[in-house]
Amino acid sequence: MKQLTVISGKGGTGKTSITAAFASLADNTVFADCDVDAADLHLILKPKIKKTIGFHGLNIAHIDKDRCIDCKKCYESCKFDAIDEEINIIKESCEGCGVCEYVCPVDAITMKERDSGFAYISDTRFGPMAHAMLKTAEEASGKLVTVVRNNAKTLAEDKNKDLIIIDGPPGIGCPVIASLTGVDLVLIVTEPTLSAIHDLERILGVANHFGIPSVVCINKYDINVDNTEKIEQYCKSNGVEVVGNLPYDTVVTDAMIHEQNVIEFSDGDLADRIIEMWDKIKKRLVV
Amino acid sequence: MIISIASGKGGTGKTTIATNLALSLGEAQLIDCDVEEPNANIFLNAKINEREDISVNIPEIDKTKCDFCGKCSDFCAYNALAVVPSDVLVFPELCHSCGGCKLVCPQDAVGWRERVVGVVEHGIADGIDFYHGLLNVGEIQAIPVIKALKRKVDKSKNVILDAPPGTSCPVIETVGGSDYCILVTESTPFGLHDLKLAVDVIRHMYIPFGVIINRDGVGDKKVELYCQNEKIPVLMKIPHSEEIAQLYSKGIPFVNELPDWRDGFQNLFSRIQSEVKA
Repeated sequence: MKQLTVISGKGGTGKTSITAAFASLADNTVFADCDVDAADLHLILKPKIKKTIGFHGLNIAHIDKDRCIDCKKCYESCKFDAIDEEINIIKESCEGCGVCEYVCPVDAITMKERDSGFAYISDTRFGPMAHAMLKTAEEASGKLVTVVRNNAKTLAEDKNKDLIIIDGPPGIGCPVIASLTGVDLVLIVTEPTLSAIHDLERILGVANHFGIPSVVCINKYDINVDNTEKIEQYCKSNGVEVVGNLPYDTVVTDAMIHEQNVIEFSDGDLADRIIEMWDKIKKRLVV
Repeated sequence: MIISIASGKGGTGKTTIATNLALSLGEAQLIDCDVEEPNANIFLNAKINEREDISVNIPEIDKTKCDFCGKCSDFCAYNALAVVPSDVLVFPELCHSCGGCKLVCPQDAVGWRERVVGVVEHGIADGIDFYHGLLNVGEIQAIPVIKALKRKVDKSKNVILDAPPGTSCPVIETVGGSDYCILVTESTPFGLHDLKLAVDVIRHMYIPFGVIINRDGVGDKKVELYCQNEKIPVLMKIPHSEEIAQLYSKGIPFVNELPDWRDGFQNLFSRIQSEVKA
Protein backbone atom coordinates (compact mmCIF):
# COMPACT_ATOMS: atom_id res chain seq x y z
CA MET A 1 0.00 0.00 0.00
CA LYS A 2 1.33 3.42 -1.03
CA GLN A 3 0.74 6.87 0.44
CA LEU A 4 0.63 10.22 -1.38
CA THR A 5 0.43 13.56 0.47
CA VAL A 6 -0.70 16.76 -1.25
CA ILE A 7 0.86 19.87 0.31
CA SER A 8 1.77 23.39 -0.75
CA GLY A 9 3.59 25.48 1.84
CA LYS A 10 1.46 28.47 0.93
CA GLY A 11 -2.25 28.13 1.57
CA GLY A 12 -4.95 28.49 -1.08
CA THR A 13 -2.99 27.15 -4.03
CA GLY A 14 -5.55 24.41 -4.75
CA LYS A 15 -4.52 21.36 -2.68
CA THR A 16 -8.05 20.32 -1.80
CA SER A 17 -9.57 20.88 -5.26
CA ILE A 18 -6.82 18.75 -6.78
CA THR A 19 -7.10 16.03 -4.12
CA ALA A 20 -10.87 15.95 -4.69
CA ALA A 21 -10.33 15.58 -8.46
CA PHE A 22 -7.96 12.64 -7.86
CA ALA A 23 -10.84 10.92 -6.05
CA SER A 24 -12.47 10.34 -9.46
CA LEU A 25 -9.25 8.97 -10.93
CA ALA A 26 -7.60 6.87 -8.22
CA ASP A 27 -8.76 3.24 -7.99
CA ASN A 28 -9.02 1.35 -4.75
CA THR A 29 -8.01 4.31 -2.58
CA VAL A 30 -8.60 5.65 0.93
CA PHE A 31 -8.82 9.44 1.35
CA ALA A 32 -7.53 11.27 4.40
CA ASP A 33 -8.11 14.94 5.18
CA CYS A 34 -5.18 15.94 7.38
CA ASP A 35 -5.88 19.68 7.26
CA VAL A 36 -7.65 19.27 10.58
CA ASP A 37 -7.54 23.03 11.33
CA ALA A 38 -9.65 24.00 8.36
CA ALA A 39 -10.81 20.80 6.71
CA ASP A 40 -12.59 21.29 3.38
CA LEU A 41 -12.30 17.98 1.51
CA HIS A 42 -15.59 16.77 3.02
CA LEU A 43 -17.41 19.64 1.26
CA ILE A 44 -16.76 17.84 -2.05
CA LEU A 45 -16.48 14.17 -1.05
CA LYS A 46 -19.64 14.41 1.14
CA PRO A 47 -18.70 11.58 3.51
CA LYS A 48 -21.33 9.55 5.33
CA ILE A 49 -19.92 9.16 8.81
CA LYS A 50 -19.82 5.53 9.96
CA LYS A 51 -17.87 5.96 13.16
CA THR A 52 -17.01 8.92 15.41
CA ILE A 53 -14.09 8.68 17.81
CA GLY A 54 -13.46 11.26 20.54
CA PHE A 55 -10.02 12.87 20.33
CA HIS A 56 -8.13 13.84 23.44
CA GLY A 57 -5.23 16.15 22.73
CA LEU A 58 -2.87 17.24 25.45
CA ASN A 59 -4.08 17.04 29.04
CA ILE A 60 -5.23 20.16 30.80
CA ALA A 61 -4.70 21.34 34.40
CA HIS A 62 -7.68 21.72 36.73
CA ILE A 63 -7.41 23.65 39.99
CA ASP A 64 -9.42 22.83 43.09
CA LYS A 65 -9.76 26.32 44.54
CA ASP A 66 -10.90 24.95 47.91
CA ARG A 67 -7.57 23.25 48.38
CA CYS A 68 -5.36 25.98 46.86
CA ILE A 69 -3.29 27.87 49.45
CA ASP A 70 -2.24 30.54 46.96
CA CYS A 71 1.49 29.75 47.27
CA LYS A 72 1.89 30.62 43.58
CA LYS A 73 4.37 27.79 42.95
CA CYS A 74 2.37 26.68 39.91
CA TYR A 75 2.27 30.23 38.56
CA GLU A 76 6.03 30.53 38.95
CA SER A 77 6.78 27.12 37.41
CA CYS A 78 4.57 27.27 34.32
CA LYS A 79 6.68 27.88 31.24
CA PHE A 80 3.64 28.52 29.04
CA ASP A 81 2.12 31.47 30.97
CA ALA A 82 -0.96 29.29 31.31
CA ILE A 83 -1.65 30.22 34.95
CA ASP A 84 -2.40 33.81 35.89
CA GLU A 85 -1.53 35.49 39.21
CA GLU A 86 -4.99 34.78 40.60
CA ILE A 87 -4.25 31.10 39.90
CA ASN A 88 -6.66 30.57 37.04
CA ILE A 89 -5.79 28.20 34.21
CA ILE A 90 -5.66 29.85 30.80
CA LYS A 91 -7.03 26.99 28.75
CA GLU A 92 -5.68 28.12 25.40
CA SER A 93 -2.11 28.35 26.73
CA CYS A 94 -1.92 25.12 28.74
CA GLU A 95 0.22 22.52 26.96
CA GLY A 96 -0.56 19.77 29.44
CA CYS A 97 2.98 19.20 30.72
CA GLY A 98 1.93 18.49 34.32
CA VAL A 99 4.58 20.65 36.01
CA CYS A 100 1.94 22.58 38.00
CA GLU A 101 0.44 19.35 39.31
CA TYR A 102 3.92 18.19 40.32
CA VAL A 103 4.94 21.36 42.18
CA CYS A 104 1.62 21.91 44.00
CA PRO A 105 2.29 21.17 47.70
CA VAL A 106 -1.39 20.54 48.54
CA ASP A 107 -2.54 18.41 45.57
CA ALA A 108 -4.92 21.10 44.39
CA ILE A 109 -4.09 20.52 40.73
CA THR A 110 -4.99 17.49 38.65
CA MET A 111 -4.27 16.90 34.99
CA LYS A 112 -7.38 15.82 33.11
CA GLU A 113 -8.06 14.61 29.61
CA ARG A 114 -9.39 17.31 27.39
CA ASP A 115 -11.97 16.80 24.67
CA SER A 116 -10.20 18.35 21.73
CA GLY A 117 -12.24 17.12 18.82
CA PHE A 118 -13.40 14.10 16.86
CA ALA A 119 -11.93 11.70 14.34
CA TYR A 120 -14.30 10.21 11.77
CA ILE A 121 -14.33 7.07 9.66
CA SER A 122 -16.61 7.53 6.68
CA ASP A 123 -17.76 6.27 3.31
CA THR A 124 -17.81 8.44 0.21
CA ARG A 125 -18.91 7.84 -3.37
CA PHE A 126 -15.23 7.31 -4.15
CA GLY A 127 -14.28 5.01 -1.29
CA PRO A 128 -13.53 5.17 2.42
CA MET A 129 -12.36 8.39 4.07
CA ALA A 130 -10.66 9.29 7.35
CA HIS A 131 -11.11 12.84 8.60
CA ALA A 132 -11.45 14.88 11.77
CA MET A 133 -12.60 18.04 13.43
CA LEU A 134 -10.61 20.03 15.95
CA LYS A 135 -12.79 21.90 18.44
CA THR A 136 -12.60 25.69 18.61
CA ALA A 137 -9.28 26.97 19.93
CA GLU A 138 -7.92 23.50 20.69
CA GLU A 139 -4.27 22.55 20.26
CA ALA A 140 -2.42 19.42 19.23
CA SER A 141 -3.42 19.42 15.59
CA GLY A 142 -0.28 17.41 14.84
CA LYS A 143 -1.47 14.66 17.15
CA LEU A 144 -4.90 14.63 15.47
CA VAL A 145 -3.23 14.36 12.05
CA THR A 146 -1.48 11.23 13.30
CA VAL A 147 -4.83 9.81 14.47
CA VAL A 148 -6.36 10.47 11.02
CA ARG A 149 -3.40 8.83 9.30
CA ASN A 150 -3.60 5.77 11.54
CA ASN A 151 -7.32 5.48 10.85
CA ALA A 152 -6.67 5.72 7.11
CA LYS A 153 -4.03 3.02 7.35
CA THR A 154 -6.34 0.68 9.25
CA LEU A 155 -9.09 1.31 6.68
CA ALA A 156 -6.68 0.57 3.83
CA GLU A 157 -5.48 -2.66 5.45
CA ASP A 158 -8.97 -3.88 6.32
CA LYS A 159 -10.35 -3.17 2.86
CA ASN A 160 -7.26 -4.18 0.88
CA LYS A 161 -6.74 -0.76 -0.63
CA ASP A 162 -3.66 0.08 -2.71
CA LEU A 163 -3.30 3.75 -1.95
CA ILE A 164 -3.95 6.48 0.62
CA ILE A 165 -4.25 10.05 -0.67
CA ILE A 166 -3.69 12.62 2.07
CA ASP A 167 -4.86 16.23 1.78
CA GLY A 168 -2.31 18.12 3.86
CA PRO A 169 -2.38 21.46 5.69
CA PRO A 170 -0.52 24.63 4.64
CA GLY A 171 2.75 25.67 6.29
CA ILE A 172 5.85 23.69 7.20
CA GLY A 173 5.37 23.06 10.94
CA CYS A 174 3.93 20.40 13.21
CA PRO A 175 0.76 19.29 11.35
CA VAL A 176 2.57 19.37 7.98
CA ILE A 177 5.40 17.20 9.23
CA ALA A 178 2.87 14.81 10.80
CA SER A 179 1.12 14.62 7.38
CA LEU A 180 4.18 13.68 5.37
CA THR A 181 6.48 11.51 7.47
CA GLY A 182 6.82 8.06 6.00
CA VAL A 183 4.77 8.63 2.82
CA ASP A 184 5.97 7.42 -0.59
CA LEU A 185 5.49 10.64 -2.54
CA VAL A 186 4.64 14.27 -1.92
CA LEU A 187 2.77 16.37 -4.48
CA ILE A 188 3.50 20.07 -3.95
CA VAL A 189 0.84 22.34 -5.43
CA THR A 190 2.25 25.77 -6.18
CA GLU A 191 1.26 28.81 -8.26
CA PRO A 192 3.36 31.30 -10.23
CA THR A 193 3.46 34.06 -7.60
CA LEU A 194 6.59 35.19 -5.79
CA SER A 195 4.98 34.23 -2.47
CA ALA A 196 4.23 30.70 -3.60
CA ILE A 197 7.73 30.27 -5.08
CA HIS A 198 9.27 31.33 -1.77
CA ASP A 199 7.04 28.86 0.08
CA LEU A 200 7.76 26.09 -2.43
CA GLU A 201 11.47 26.32 -1.67
CA ARG A 202 10.79 25.94 2.05
CA ILE A 203 8.35 23.02 1.73
CA LEU A 204 10.73 21.21 -0.65
CA GLY A 205 13.35 21.66 2.06
CA VAL A 206 11.05 19.94 4.54
CA ALA A 207 10.36 17.01 2.17
CA ASN A 208 14.10 16.62 1.54
CA HIS A 209 14.82 16.84 5.27
CA PHE A 210 12.60 13.78 5.78
CA GLY A 211 13.92 12.04 2.65
CA ILE A 212 10.58 11.98 0.81
CA PRO A 213 10.53 12.28 -3.00
CA SER A 214 8.48 15.22 -4.31
CA VAL A 215 6.77 16.20 -7.54
CA VAL A 216 5.34 19.63 -8.32
CA CYS A 217 2.12 20.87 -9.89
CA ILE A 218 1.96 24.50 -11.04
CA ASN A 219 -1.65 25.55 -10.59
CA LYS A 220 -3.01 28.63 -12.43
CA TYR A 221 0.25 28.55 -14.41
CA ASP A 222 -1.12 31.07 -16.92
CA ILE A 223 -1.55 33.96 -14.45
CA ASN A 224 2.18 34.71 -14.76
CA VAL A 225 4.05 32.64 -17.36
CA ASP A 226 7.42 34.22 -16.52
CA ASN A 227 7.11 32.97 -12.97
CA THR A 228 5.93 29.58 -14.24
CA GLU A 229 9.14 29.34 -16.24
CA LYS A 230 11.15 30.26 -13.14
CA ILE A 231 9.48 27.47 -11.16
CA GLU A 232 10.11 24.98 -13.96
CA GLN A 233 13.79 25.92 -14.03
CA TYR A 234 14.10 25.82 -10.28
CA CYS A 235 12.55 22.35 -10.23
CA LYS A 236 14.76 21.16 -13.08
CA SER A 237 17.95 22.29 -11.39
CA ASN A 238 16.83 20.60 -8.17
CA GLY A 239 15.88 17.34 -9.91
CA VAL A 240 12.18 17.69 -9.11
CA GLU A 241 9.66 16.63 -11.76
CA VAL A 242 6.88 19.07 -12.68
CA VAL A 243 3.98 16.68 -13.26
CA GLY A 244 1.43 19.21 -14.43
CA ASN A 245 0.69 22.82 -15.37
CA LEU A 246 -2.97 23.60 -14.74
CA PRO A 247 -4.65 26.70 -16.22
CA TYR A 248 -6.70 29.16 -14.19
CA ASP A 249 -10.32 28.16 -14.70
CA THR A 250 -13.49 29.37 -12.98
CA VAL A 251 -14.79 25.82 -13.35
CA VAL A 252 -12.93 25.00 -10.10
CA THR A 253 -15.18 27.34 -8.09
CA ASP A 254 -18.29 26.33 -10.06
CA ALA A 255 -17.64 22.66 -9.36
CA MET A 256 -17.09 23.48 -5.67
CA ILE A 257 -20.43 25.33 -5.52
CA HIS A 258 -22.09 22.20 -6.97
CA GLU A 259 -20.31 20.01 -4.41
CA GLN A 260 -18.53 18.12 -7.16
CA ASN A 261 -14.92 17.72 -8.16
CA VAL A 262 -13.62 19.14 -11.44
CA ILE A 263 -13.58 15.75 -13.17
CA GLU A 264 -17.24 15.08 -12.34
CA PHE A 265 -18.31 18.61 -13.18
CA SER A 266 -16.59 19.24 -16.50
CA ASP A 267 -14.71 17.56 -19.32
CA GLY A 268 -12.74 20.59 -20.46
CA ASP A 269 -9.02 21.30 -20.77
CA LEU A 270 -8.46 21.52 -17.01
CA ALA A 271 -9.99 18.08 -16.43
CA ASP A 272 -7.82 16.62 -19.23
CA ARG A 273 -4.69 18.07 -17.72
CA ILE A 274 -5.53 16.73 -14.27
CA ILE A 275 -6.03 13.26 -15.80
CA GLU A 276 -2.64 13.54 -17.53
CA MET A 277 -1.03 14.65 -14.27
CA TRP A 278 -2.59 11.79 -12.36
CA ASP A 279 -1.12 9.27 -14.85
CA LYS A 280 2.35 10.65 -14.19
CA ILE A 281 1.86 10.51 -10.42
CA LYS A 282 0.58 6.95 -10.68
CA LYS A 283 3.75 5.92 -12.49
CA ARG A 284 5.87 7.52 -9.76
CA LEU A 285 3.93 5.63 -7.11
CA VAL A 286 4.38 2.24 -8.79
CA VAL A 287 8.17 2.46 -9.11
CA MET B 1 -3.86 49.83 18.50
CA ILE B 2 -3.10 46.27 17.48
CA ILE B 3 -4.93 44.85 14.45
CA SER B 4 -4.45 41.21 13.52
CA ILE B 5 -5.21 39.85 10.06
CA ALA B 6 -6.35 36.24 10.02
CA SER B 7 -8.39 33.74 7.99
CA GLY B 8 -9.26 30.10 8.36
CA LYS B 9 -8.45 29.20 4.78
CA GLY B 10 -5.01 29.86 3.39
CA GLY B 11 -4.39 31.99 0.34
CA THR B 12 -7.35 34.32 0.83
CA GLY B 13 -5.22 37.48 0.95
CA LYS B 14 -4.05 38.06 4.55
CA THR B 15 -0.63 39.26 3.50
CA THR B 16 -2.14 41.40 0.74
CA ILE B 17 -4.33 43.19 3.29
CA ALA B 18 -1.57 43.46 5.91
CA THR B 19 1.01 44.96 3.57
CA ASN B 20 -1.35 47.29 1.70
CA LEU B 21 -2.88 48.51 4.97
CA ALA B 22 0.56 49.18 6.47
CA LEU B 23 1.74 51.03 3.36
CA SER B 24 -1.44 53.12 3.30
CA LEU B 25 -0.91 54.14 6.93
CA GLY B 26 2.77 54.89 6.58
CA GLU B 27 4.04 55.06 10.14
CA ALA B 28 2.94 51.57 11.16
CA GLN B 29 4.58 48.53 12.66
CA LEU B 30 4.03 45.39 10.60
CA ILE B 31 4.83 41.99 12.09
CA ASP B 32 4.55 38.91 9.90
CA CYS B 33 3.70 36.11 12.33
CA ASP B 34 3.34 33.40 9.66
CA VAL B 35 6.71 32.02 10.66
CA GLU B 36 6.20 28.83 8.65
CA GLU B 37 5.76 30.67 5.36
CA PRO B 38 6.39 34.40 5.81
CA ASN B 39 5.67 36.39 2.64
CA ALA B 40 5.14 40.01 3.71
CA ASN B 41 8.69 41.05 2.92
CA ILE B 42 8.29 39.91 -0.68
CA PHE B 43 5.99 42.96 -0.96
CA LEU B 44 7.81 45.36 1.37
CA ASN B 45 11.42 44.64 0.47
CA ALA B 46 12.64 45.89 3.84
CA LYS B 47 16.39 45.70 4.12
CA ILE B 48 17.06 43.42 7.09
CA ASN B 49 19.29 45.20 9.58
CA GLU B 50 18.89 43.07 12.71
CA ARG B 51 18.76 39.34 13.21
CA GLU B 52 18.09 37.44 16.40
CA ASP B 53 18.28 33.67 16.78
CA ILE B 54 15.33 32.20 18.66
CA SER B 55 16.15 29.27 20.88
CA VAL B 56 14.30 26.96 23.17
CA ASN B 57 15.70 25.08 26.15
CA ILE B 58 16.08 21.36 25.85
CA PRO B 59 17.33 18.90 28.44
CA GLU B 60 20.93 17.76 28.51
CA ILE B 61 21.58 14.71 30.64
CA ASP B 62 24.73 14.50 32.74
CA LYS B 63 25.43 10.79 32.38
CA THR B 64 27.92 10.78 35.25
CA LYS B 65 25.06 11.66 37.61
CA CYS B 66 22.17 9.85 35.90
CA ASP B 67 21.21 6.44 37.35
CA PHE B 68 18.70 5.75 34.54
CA CYS B 69 15.74 5.58 36.91
CA GLY B 70 13.37 6.68 34.11
CA LYS B 71 11.45 9.30 36.13
CA CYS B 72 12.12 11.98 33.50
CA SER B 73 10.73 9.93 30.63
CA ASP B 74 7.74 8.85 32.74
CA PHE B 75 6.95 12.48 33.45
CA CYS B 76 7.46 13.85 29.93
CA ALA B 77 4.05 14.40 28.29
CA TYR B 78 5.61 14.72 24.85
CA ASN B 79 7.71 11.51 24.65
CA ALA B 80 10.80 13.66 24.22
CA LEU B 81 12.90 11.45 26.50
CA ALA B 82 13.48 7.70 26.46
CA VAL B 83 15.50 5.89 29.10
CA VAL B 84 17.16 2.61 28.18
CA PRO B 85 19.25 0.52 30.62
CA SER B 86 22.39 2.60 30.26
CA ASP B 87 21.42 5.66 28.27
CA VAL B 88 18.91 8.50 28.03
CA LEU B 89 17.79 9.49 24.55
CA VAL B 90 16.60 13.06 24.02
CA PHE B 91 14.35 13.87 21.02
CA PRO B 92 14.82 17.65 20.80
CA GLU B 93 12.06 18.31 18.20
CA LEU B 94 9.43 16.81 20.51
CA CYS B 95 10.45 18.79 23.62
CA HIS B 96 8.13 21.64 24.70
CA SER B 97 10.69 23.01 27.21
CA CYS B 98 8.31 22.63 30.17
CA GLY B 99 11.13 21.89 32.58
CA GLY B 100 9.42 18.85 34.08
CA CYS B 101 12.34 16.46 33.57
CA LYS B 102 14.68 18.76 35.47
CA LEU B 103 12.17 19.07 38.31
CA VAL B 104 11.59 15.36 38.78
CA CYS B 105 15.19 14.14 38.45
CA PRO B 106 16.31 12.82 41.86
CA GLN B 107 20.01 12.93 40.85
CA ASP B 108 20.05 16.51 39.58
CA ALA B 109 21.36 15.11 36.30
CA VAL B 110 19.24 17.27 33.97
CA GLY B 111 20.66 20.52 32.69
CA TRP B 112 19.50 22.90 29.97
CA ARG B 113 20.96 23.47 26.56
CA GLU B 114 19.78 26.11 24.12
CA ARG B 115 18.60 24.95 20.71
CA VAL B 116 17.99 27.38 17.88
CA VAL B 117 14.61 26.80 16.18
CA GLY B 118 14.26 29.94 14.11
CA VAL B 119 15.17 33.57 13.64
CA VAL B 120 13.48 36.95 14.03
CA GLU B 121 14.51 39.68 11.59
CA HIS B 122 13.93 43.42 11.60
CA GLY B 123 14.04 46.00 8.86
CA ILE B 124 12.51 49.28 7.76
CA ALA B 125 10.73 49.98 4.49
CA ASP B 126 8.76 53.10 3.52
CA GLY B 127 8.61 54.19 7.17
CA ILE B 128 7.23 50.83 8.27
CA ASP B 129 8.85 49.21 11.25
CA PHE B 130 8.92 45.63 10.01
CA TYR B 131 9.54 42.29 11.73
CA HIS B 132 9.15 38.75 10.56
CA GLY B 133 10.13 35.36 11.90
CA LEU B 134 11.32 32.22 10.17
CA LEU B 135 10.87 28.76 11.61
CA ASN B 136 13.83 26.61 10.60
CA VAL B 137 13.02 23.95 8.00
CA GLY B 138 12.33 20.61 9.71
CA GLU B 139 11.28 22.21 13.01
CA ILE B 140 7.85 21.46 14.46
CA GLN B 141 7.06 24.25 16.90
CA ALA B 142 6.23 27.65 15.54
CA ILE B 143 5.05 29.02 18.89
CA PRO B 144 8.44 30.07 20.39
CA VAL B 145 9.20 32.12 17.26
CA ILE B 146 5.74 33.74 17.30
CA LYS B 147 6.15 34.56 21.01
CA ALA B 148 9.48 36.23 20.27
CA LEU B 149 7.81 38.29 17.53
CA LYS B 150 4.98 39.34 19.81
CA ARG B 151 7.54 40.74 22.26
CA LYS B 152 8.48 43.22 19.51
CA VAL B 153 5.00 44.81 19.55
CA ASP B 154 5.37 48.55 20.11
CA LYS B 155 2.04 49.68 21.56
CA SER B 156 2.79 53.34 20.85
CA LYS B 157 2.44 52.52 17.16
CA ASN B 158 -0.32 51.21 14.96
CA VAL B 159 0.55 47.55 14.91
CA ILE B 160 -0.52 45.13 12.18
CA LEU B 161 -0.05 41.41 12.80
CA ASP B 162 -0.16 39.09 9.78
CA ALA B 163 -1.34 35.69 11.09
CA PRO B 164 -0.76 32.22 9.65
CA PRO B 165 -3.70 30.33 8.12
CA GLY B 166 -5.75 27.82 10.10
CA THR B 167 -7.45 28.02 13.47
CA SER B 168 -5.11 26.31 15.94
CA CYS B 169 -2.22 27.26 18.24
CA PRO B 170 -0.12 29.51 15.94
CA VAL B 171 -3.21 31.55 15.03
CA ILE B 172 -4.35 31.89 18.65
CA GLU B 173 -0.85 32.91 19.73
CA THR B 174 -0.74 35.60 17.01
CA VAL B 175 -4.23 37.01 17.45
CA GLY B 176 -4.24 36.96 21.28
CA GLY B 177 -4.12 40.47 22.76
CA SER B 178 -5.14 42.31 19.59
CA ASP B 179 -7.71 45.09 19.77
CA TYR B 180 -9.34 44.08 16.52
CA CYS B 181 -9.14 41.22 14.07
CA ILE B 182 -9.76 41.40 10.32
CA LEU B 183 -10.82 38.08 8.82
CA VAL B 184 -10.04 37.82 5.13
CA THR B 185 -12.09 35.43 3.03
CA GLU B 186 -13.36 34.72 -0.45
CA SER B 187 -16.94 33.86 -1.31
CA THR B 188 -16.48 30.22 -2.22
CA PRO B 189 -17.76 27.19 -0.29
CA PHE B 190 -14.25 26.55 1.11
CA GLY B 191 -13.85 30.23 1.98
CA LEU B 192 -17.19 30.35 3.81
CA HIS B 193 -16.66 27.08 5.67
CA ASP B 194 -13.26 28.16 6.98
CA LEU B 195 -14.51 31.69 7.74
CA LYS B 196 -17.09 30.17 10.09
CA LEU B 197 -14.33 28.26 11.89
CA ALA B 198 -12.26 31.43 12.22
CA VAL B 199 -15.28 33.37 13.51
CA ASP B 200 -15.76 30.72 16.22
CA VAL B 201 -12.15 31.16 17.34
CA ILE B 202 -12.21 34.97 17.37
CA ARG B 203 -15.56 35.06 19.24
CA HIS B 204 -14.15 32.58 21.73
CA MET B 205 -11.32 35.06 22.34
CA TYR B 206 -13.71 38.05 22.72
CA ILE B 207 -11.89 40.09 20.08
CA PRO B 208 -13.99 42.50 17.98
CA PHE B 209 -13.76 41.62 14.31
CA GLY B 210 -14.94 42.28 10.79
CA VAL B 211 -14.61 40.62 7.40
CA ILE B 212 -12.90 41.60 4.16
CA ILE B 213 -14.13 39.77 1.05
CA ASN B 214 -11.28 39.32 -1.38
CA ARG B 215 -11.70 38.36 -5.07
CA ASP B 216 -15.26 39.64 -4.82
CA GLY B 217 -17.26 38.42 -7.82
CA VAL B 218 -15.85 34.92 -7.72
CA GLY B 219 -18.17 32.24 -6.38
CA ASP B 220 -21.53 33.08 -4.86
CA LYS B 221 -23.08 35.53 -2.37
CA LYS B 222 -23.15 33.20 0.61
CA VAL B 223 -20.38 34.92 2.59
CA GLU B 224 -22.28 38.21 2.52
CA LEU B 225 -25.50 36.49 3.54
CA TYR B 226 -23.72 34.75 6.38
CA CYS B 227 -22.20 38.05 7.58
CA GLN B 228 -25.63 39.74 7.41
CA ASN B 229 -27.26 36.98 9.44
CA GLU B 230 -24.47 36.95 12.00
CA LYS B 231 -24.32 40.77 12.14
CA ILE B 232 -20.64 40.75 11.18
CA PRO B 233 -19.52 43.95 9.44
CA VAL B 234 -18.14 43.53 5.91
CA LEU B 235 -15.35 46.11 6.07
CA MET B 236 -14.20 46.04 2.47
CA LYS B 237 -14.56 44.18 -0.79
CA ILE B 238 -11.64 43.79 -3.13
CA PRO B 239 -12.84 42.87 -6.60
CA HIS B 240 -11.57 39.86 -8.48
CA SER B 241 -9.28 41.65 -10.91
CA GLU B 242 -6.60 40.41 -13.23
CA GLU B 243 -4.57 43.54 -12.56
CA ILE B 244 -4.49 42.95 -8.80
CA ALA B 245 -3.70 39.25 -9.30
CA GLN B 246 -0.86 40.14 -11.68
CA LEU B 247 0.62 42.66 -9.23
CA TYR B 248 0.37 40.08 -6.45
CA SER B 249 2.17 37.47 -8.54
CA LYS B 250 5.05 39.91 -9.03
CA GLY B 251 5.25 40.87 -5.37
CA ILE B 252 3.97 44.43 -5.91
CA PRO B 253 1.57 45.87 -3.29
CA PHE B 254 -1.43 47.06 -5.28
CA VAL B 255 -1.76 50.40 -3.43
CA ASN B 256 1.53 51.40 -5.06
CA GLU B 257 0.03 51.05 -8.55
CA LEU B 258 -3.59 51.86 -7.75
CA PRO B 259 -3.23 54.77 -5.29
CA ASP B 260 -7.00 55.30 -4.90
CA TRP B 261 -6.98 52.22 -2.72
CA ARG B 262 -4.85 54.05 -0.13
CA ASP B 263 -7.92 56.10 0.80
CA GLY B 264 -9.90 52.89 1.05
CA PHE B 265 -7.42 51.41 3.50
CA GLN B 266 -7.17 54.66 5.49
CA ASN B 267 -10.97 54.73 5.79
CA LEU B 268 -10.94 51.12 6.84
CA PHE B 269 -8.44 51.96 9.54
CA SER B 270 -10.45 54.96 10.80
CA ARG B 271 -13.58 52.83 10.95
CA ILE B 272 -11.80 50.17 13.00
CA GLN B 273 -10.26 52.83 15.23
CA SER B 274 -13.63 54.36 16.08
CA GLU B 275 -15.14 50.94 16.71
CA VAL B 276 -12.32 49.96 19.07
CA LYS B 277 -12.60 53.25 20.98
CA ALA B 278 -16.39 52.95 21.31
